[in-house]
Amino acid sequence: MMKILVAIKRVVDPYVKIKVRLDETAVDTDNLKMAMNPFCEIALEEAVRLKEAGIAQEVIAVSIGPNNCQETLRQGLALGADRAVLIEQATALEPLAIAKCLQYVAIAQQVDIVFLGKQSIDGDHNQTGQMLAALLQWPQATFASKVVIKNNQCMVTREIDGGLQTVVVNMPVVITVDLRLNQPRYPALPLIMQAKRKPIDIIPANSLPIDVTSRQHILRVTAPPKRQMGIRVGSVEELVNKLRYEAKII
Amino acid sequence: MGILVLAEHDNQHVKPATWSVLTAASELSAEITVLVAGNACQNVANTLAKVPGVSAIWLADHPAYGQGIAENIAPLMVQYAAKFTHILAPATTYGKNIMPRVAALLDISMVGDVISIIACDTFIRPIYAGNALATIQTTDTIKLLTIRATAFAKAVPATNNVPIILLADIYNSDKIVVSEEILTPAERPELTAARIVVSGGRALQTRENFQLIEQLAEKLGAAVGASRAAVDAGLVPNDYQVGQTGKVVAPELYMAIGISGAIQHIAGMKDSKVIVAINKDSEAPIFQIADYGLVGDLFTLVPALIQALET
Repeated sequence: MMKILVAIKRVVDPYVKIKVRLDETAVDTDNLKMAMNPFCEIALEEAVRLKEAGIAQEVIAVSIGPNNCQETLRQGLALGADRAVLIEQATALEPLAIAKCLQYVAIAQQVDIVFLGKQSIDGDHNQTGQMLAALLQWPQATFASKVVIKNNQCMVTREIDGGLQTVVVNMPVVITVDLRLNQPRYPALPLIMQAKRKPIDIIPANSLPIDVTSRQHILRVTAPPKRQMGIRVGSVEELVNKLRYEAKII
Repeated sequence: MGILVLAEHDNQHVKPATWSVLTAASELSAEITVLVAGNACQNVANTLAKVPGVSAIWLADHPAYGQGIAENIAPLMVQYAAKFTHILAPATTYGKNIMPRVAALLDISMVGDVISIIACDTFIRPIYAGNALATIQTTDTIKLLTIRATAFAKAVPATNNVPIILLADIYNSDKIVVSEEILTPAERPELTAARIVVSGGRALQTRENFQLIEQLAEKLGAAVGASRAAVDAGLVPNDYQVGQTGKVVAPELYMAIGISGAIQHIAGMKDSKVIVAINKDSEAPIFQIADYGLVGDLFTLVPALIQALET
């Protein structure tokens, strides 16, 4: 029976509007509502469904970040993960360092599949899963919109530009998930209560044999240039005229 | 020393994003090597050999490279990486699948979705769905970048004819195989390359109604897009999605129909040259960035627009 690891990131709630700090050093995340990265919710949902289908035996949630990531992991436990691991690290890490931490956990926990979101909605990197697969020397199935597991093989349909590609991959495998894979559930109250008793194993990042030093400096973070508001047109005819004779575009 | 550009193609034609990556590469160095990894893709190499500024084409032509499998293409790139100062690929699903794998194999921290090159080690990339722009300086010896195509002009093939060098190295993983590819029929221009994009939102309500958007697009020779809300509601497949989590487009004309203008959608289209919004809610945020706004019921206005374009 399989063991599945799901990477979970705590991010600013996707429905909260963010602002850049006045000193232009970062996005101001102080006192903002936080949430589980939406792509991670989809990753976790898929793992839990595999457990419910009797294909997986155990689902382990892992997060890398400050101590309050425990809150996000508790949410993951309420959604169906059996236990959780927090690699505690106060400062933000680059995707490569995150991938190295995940590599450590994937090996230590002897998992068969690692599910991750295709990207987080803060850094928008879209790198961690691919990097993890490279470090583990496992195959990767990115942007998954369908996952079927049979006879120790995994069939993954990928959302690629211009269509869909289905790959057959051997396990162990790293899978990053796209929007259409599933519709995540809401946690049920009894499960939220149960989740409080599920274990979270906390490991300080600096106790691991991993160099997480930043390779990149963030020199500035600025707000994007604002687009000028245009005009209202009163009719379809006026719109067509504007596009033909003013914008000269059709 | 120079730059390696990973070309994206379908084994016959160069994908449009590749032209933009070549322009980005030319901002960094005059010595550009283009890697064409594919299967029976000599035509692609021949086309790229004509681009001014390109110094050499490396052609790795083997069935293992024909379907964009990162497990095969990444080790090929790693083998030659030390010869270059920068390695660039398009920030498409193709480039995003392969490049982080290359980066990790090289123990390098890459920079994705670059929209501006400030210096040879300093780049701007959007974060938080384009709601902030980060200027990043990297200390890695080889700089690995994916380039957002809409932010750079497209290089154009001319009459050059640089040498095509064959690479005989074959990496063929036995851990992954492509079993099927279903590509959306290409009777319309591809979303990220189209001159005009017509997008529909949740206000279309049903798949049948969404055909209105298709009809208008057909009339304009445009590509069809959609908001995430329309995708989530099952009106269209995910690859129609314009937005930070979908495709980023910057056409000459973008028409947002029945789209309110969520932050995440705007991040995917705000760099379009001209934006038209049609929405019944005059307070919809999309009007704040539209050059031409038309308030009203799309089920009346869109058929009228199709009719008006007949004349």
